Amino acid sequence: MAVDEGLKTELGKQGVFVTTLEELYNWGRRSSLWPMQFGLACCAIEMIATTMARYDLARFGGEVFRPSPRQADLMIVSGTVTKKMAPAVVRLYNQMAEPRYVIAMGACAISGGPFKQGYNVLKGIDRYIPVDVCIPGCPPRPEALIHSFMTLQKKIDGQHLTGKGRPRHLDAGARGEFPVPVYGEHDLEPKSNPGVWNAPKVRR
Amino acid sequence: MKTVEQIKAAIEAAVAGAGVEVVPNPSPSGQHSLRIEPGRAVEVARFLRDDAELALDFLSNVTGVDWLDREIEETVTETRTVTRMVDGVEQAVEETVEETRQRIEPGFLEAVYHLYSVAKKHGPVVLRMRTVNRTDQVELPSLTPIWRSAEFQEREVFDLYGIIFTGHPDLRRLLMWPGFKDHPMRRDYVEPDDFEYEPTAHDRVLERALAHQAASEAASTAAGEKASEPAEAAEQQGTEADA
Repeated sequence: MAVDEGLKTELGKQGVFVTTLEELYNWGRRSSLWPMQFGLACCAIEMIATTMARYDLARFGGEVFRPSPRQADLMIVSGTVTKKMAPAVVRLYNQMAEPRYVIAMGACAISGGPFKQGYNVLKGIDRYIPVDVCIPGCPPRPEALIHSFMTLQKKIDGQHLTGKGRPRHLDAGARGEFPVPVYGEHDLEPKSNPGVWNAPKVRR
Repeated sequence: MKTVEQIKAAIEAAVAGAGVEVVPNPSPSGQHSLRIEPGRAVEVARFLRDDAELALDFLSNVTGVDWLDREIEETVTETRTVTRMVDGVEQAVEETVEETRQRIEPGFLEAVYHLYSVAKKHGPVVLRMRTVNRTDQVELPSLTPIWRSAEFQEREVFDLYGIIFTGHPDLRRLLMWPGFKDHPMRRDYVEPDDFEYEPTAHDRVLERALAHQAASEAASTAAGEKASEPAEAAEQQGTEADA
């Protein structure tokens, strides 16, 4: 239950800070999203630029790029995911501790992008892991990545600790591990995780 | 730099049985290439590298070409004797017939090497080698012992075209995973049927997408009740994805 905004301001004037556990918890989570330090293609260059002084992702609490999935909260899939790389990406995602989030950065991570018909290109990482925010662009500008970061923060702010839409780490029944695709003779097997992604119907 | 004909003569003088053949390039660049016999390729390559005048010390690029079986139509004029009724009497008459015949020229795989000389500042010299066919006799000698820079590129050609380079120190797939069976850059390669979601398909992709759609619809009607299962699973996981 959220605190009434007017009451909160009024109490604030009196030097009383009122909040809810949920708000505090989400504020803490969204203000220190630590991304995982890996890049897959040219989008990674934009991601690097985002962290540097001009764009400065640190303003949003996301500057601590961790070289280990165990310490990261956010996976920025920055670039083309090849079929050879896809199992590694899913495995890294599995190794991340909850709560964890995924930003699919750029056309390739979303759908395969300009390389969609390539023999070794995965047609979107959302086929294997749940993606929270997609950023279009080829590559997206640093502003777009910052915007996606803010979108993700907004999403985290809106999460409730209980109830149906609660985060996965507070839901004992939710599965935390996602099946890692294996290298087949002609393609990855399975081609997608039906628990995460089902092909939308296309009207022609 | 020497012309291709001069290089050809130099190779033939130095390596017996080199079997060099000039493959002309009709484009304005006129970058003709030298087709060499795979059996003597290593000696030819060593000569090209070590020859004082050519000194082709830098292998810039190795690539593959897939030549499919070609159907060749030929018009042949033939004279043959035919028995025919002439003025009520059966006679043997010579007749000239024009006939179109079709023969199939077997395809092959080709490895193309671009050589430069850093010392002499000239190049490129283009070498080609052809396999016997494109199915079972696909071995070519590796030129990695001569130019180290061929190592990864020959691996790539092996991966994507399926040319087996004998004498290569470490011939593994480079871009695809070890268990992969196909050679994706071959012209008869068929991609796996992952055309389930093509929102902006056109041309060949649209064809594949429609074929996939038809096949999956046929499969789902055949499966009947089973078709409803994935939808349920999606609903269940949908909440999870939101979290």
